[in-house]
Amino acid sequence: MASNYDYGDHQQQQPPSAAPPSSDVAYDPNFVPDSVKTFVVHLYRHIRDKNVYEIHQMYEFSYQTLSDRLFKDTPWPSVDAIATYVDNDHVFCLLYREMWFRHLFARLQPTLKQRIDSWDNYCSLFQVVLVGVVNMQLPNQWLWDMVDEFVYQFQSFCQYRAKMKIKTEHEISLLRQFDQAWNVYGVLNFLQALVEKSMIIEILEREKQGIEQFTATDGYDYNGGSNVLKVLGYFSMVGLLRVHCLLGDYQSGLKCLRPIDISQQGVYSSVIGSHIATIYHYGFANLMLRRYVDAIREFNKILVYIFKTKQYHQKSPQYEQILKKNEQMYALLAICLSLCPQVKLVEETVNSQLREKYGEKMTRMQRYDDEAFVVYDELFSYACPKFITPSAPNSDEPLINYNQDAYRLQLKLFLYEVKQQQLLAGVRTFLRVYSSISLGKLATYMEVDESTLRTILLTYKHKTHAVDTQGKIISNADVDFYIDDDVVQVVESKSSKQYGDYFLRQIAKLEGMINDLDRVKLV
Amino acid sequence: MGREVEKQQQQQPSEPYTVEQLVAFNPYNPDILHELENHVNEQVSAETYNLDANLCLLRLYQFEPERMSTQIVARILIKALMAMPAPDFSLCLFLIPERVQMEEQFKTLIVLSHYLETARFRQFWDEAAKSRHILESIPGFEQAIQSYAIHVLSLTYQKIPRTVLAEAVNVEGLALDKFLEHHVTNSGWVLEKGHSKGQLIILPPTEFNHPELKKNSADNIPLEHVTRIFPILG
Repeated sequence: MASNYDYGDHQQQQPPSAAPPSSDVAYDPNFVPDSVKTFVVHLYRHIRDKNVYEIHQMYEFSYQTLSDRLFKDTPWPSVDAIATYVDNDHVFCLLYREMWFRHLFARLQPTLKQRIDSWDNYCSLFQVVLVGVVNMQLPNQWLWDMVDEFVYQFQSFCQYRAKMKIKTEHEISLLRQFDQAWNVYGVLNFLQALVEKSMIIEILEREKQGIEQFTATDGYDYNGGSNVLKVLGYFSMVGLLRVHCLLGDYQSGLKCLRPIDISQQGVYSSVIGSHIATIYHYGFANLMLRRYVDAIREFNKILVYIFKTKQYHQKSPQYEQILKKNEQMYALLAICLSLCPQVKLVEETVNSQLREKYGEKMTRMQRYDDEAFVVYDELFSYACPKFITPSAPNSDEPLINYNQDAYRLQLKLFLYEVKQQQLLAGVRTFLRVYSSISLGKLATYMEVDESTLRTILLTYKHKTHAVDTQGKIISNADVDFYIDDDVVQVVESKSSKQYGDYFLRQIAKLEGMINDLDRVKLV
Repeated sequence: MGREVEKQQQQQPSEPYTVEQLVAFNPYNPDILHELENHVNEQVSAETYNLDANLCLLRLYQFEPERMSTQIVARILIKALMAMPAPDFSLCLFLIPERVQMEEQFKTLIVLSHYLETARFRQFWDEAAKSRHILESIPGFEQAIQSYAIHVLSLTYQKIPRTVLAEAVNVEGLALDKFLEHHVTNSGWVLEKGHSKGQLIILPPTEFNHPELKKNSADNIPLEHVTRIFPILG
C-alpha cells in the first residue's frame, strides 16, 4: 500500500489543540477586538440590505484578512460575545457559528465536543433554511462553502471515529451518547431535503423549457426573494455526489448529479471550488464505472480551464486546494489514459503538462507487468477521495483503527480491474503493426495457445466496449479488429474533424458577442 | 436532529409506495430495508432486475452492518452477474465490506465474475457446475450468461467456428443444433459449411464486427446541442 496516502485533515502537521491553548496569547472567547466588532456590524447590515456585492467582499476578503492577522491559530470570538452587536439575530448567529467552526477545522484540531456542536449548528441552520423563513441573498461562494464544509466535516468525523485505538473513555462515552451527530442518515437526508424542498430539479427542468430563469441569473433572485434555499439545494446535488463517492456508490452519485448539465456553464461553474469538486468527482466516478472516455473528456476540459485561470485565484484562500485538486486530476487522467489510450481527446496544453508530470509513470503503467501495479497503486492512492466507513463502531468489537478499511477495499477492487486488463496492452501493440494476421501466428508471437488468445481478444472487445447510462454499447477502442473464422482483421481508425461541434460553439460565441455589443450604450 | 427531517418526510399519505418511488424519493431511510429485501426476492422469482434498488439496499447494509443478510447479498450479486456486460457486479462489490467478500460463497461468485470479465467461458461453466446449489435458485441464470457470451462473440466475430460457440454457451450436440436453429430464425444468424473444421456461424453484421458499418460518430451531434442555438437562429 502506498505510504504517502495521508488520512490527516487538510491542515498543518501538528496543529495546536482547540481547547484553551497554553500558548503565549491565552484565548478569551469573550474578547472582541474592535475590528471584529466593525466586521460583524457591517456584515449584518449588508445582509439585511441584501447587498450581495458587499457581503461577498467582506466574506471573501475582510474575513480572510482578519483571520490571518488576528486569529492565526486561535478561534474567532464566541458567538455569544458578538451577538449583542447584531441584535441577537438568530439566523446571523447561526451563520457566524458556521464560519466559526469552519475556521476552527481549518486551522486547529477540533475536539469531539466541538465536532458535535458543529453538527448541531448545521442542523439548526439547515432547519431554518428548510422551513423557509430565510429571506436573504447570499453570495454563491458562501453557500457553496457551507455545503462543501458540511460534507468535509462528515468525512473528517467518520475518519476520526474510526480511529478507535486512541480514544479515551470519555470520548467513547460521548460518541455513544451523541450517536446522532454526523450520522450518515442525517447527513444524506439533510442534503436530500435541501434538494427536494428547493425544488431545484423542477426549476432546472423548467429552465430547459425556457419557462424559468436560474442559471441566467447565477441563481440570484431579482424579484425580491431569497436565493439561499434554491442555491443550497443546487449545491447539495454536488454534495450528494461527493458523499456517494466517499461511500463507494458511484452509480447513485452520478445519478444525483444528473439534473446538472456539465457540458455547459452553470451555477456549478460560477464558483471555482464547486466547479472543480463537481468535475473531480464526476471523473472519478466514471473511472470506477469504466467509462474512461467520459472521464478523460471532463478532466481534459477542467485542466485546460484551471491552466488558463489559476493566476486569477492566487490571492484566494482556496488557491492551495485548487492546486492540489489540479495535481490529483492529472494523476487520474494519467490512469485513465493508460487504461484507455485515447490521446486525441486531450488538448495539447494538458498533454504536455501530463507528459511532464507523469510521462515516465504512464510508460510504466502501460507495460502491464508487476511494476505497473505499483504505479497504479501509487497514483490511485494519491488521487482518490478519502473513502469512509459510514457505520458506527460496534461496541463489542475490539478497539482497532479501521479508518483505512474503506480505502483499502476500493484500491483492491480497482487493481483487480487493472489486472483483468493486463494482457490488452500486448494485443494493442500487435494490432497496430498488422492489418491482418492469423490466430495461430498471433498466438505464437504472444506466446499463448490459440484458445487463450481467443479469450484475450474477446476480453479486449469486452473491456473496450463500455455500457453507457442508457444501456447502449459504446466503443472506446483506439485500435479495433474483428475475427473472420481464424483470421484477425485489424480496422483502420480514421480520425475525423469535428465540424459540427466547432460550428455550434462559434455560433453561440458570436451571439454572445453581438449581445455584448448591443448592451453598449452609445452616448 | 437529522432524524427529525426524516420523520417529517415520512408523515405523508399512507398509500403504499412502490419500490421505485421509495428509492427515488426516500432512499436514505432504514425503514425501507425489508421492502428492498423483498424486492430482491421478487426480482429473482419474476426474472426482473432493478440495479438502483439493489444498490440502495447494499448502501443500507453498509450503514447498519448488523442487519446485513448474506443470502440477499449473494442473490444481488448473482443478478448483477446476469446483467453483464454492464459493470453492475463491480458496482455492488464496491459496497460490500472486505471481510464479507472473504466468505466462501462470495469468493466463488467473484471468481465466476472474473472468468466472465476475461471471457474464459469454459472455466466459467466448469466452476458454475460446481456451484449449482448457489446458481440453481436463480431462474434465468443460464440464459442470461449465454446472452452475455453471445454479445461478446458478436462484438468480435464475423464468422465463428461451431466449437468456439459451443464452449462459450455451454451447449453441445443436438441441443446445440436446436440452439442454432433458434437463433437462425430469431437473431439473423446464418449457418455455413466451413472447411475441414466443421460448421461456421455467421453472426449478424453490426458496427462492432463490421467496421464499414461504423457511422462517423465523431461528427454526430446530439439534437439537444443543436436546440441550444435555435433561439439564436430564430
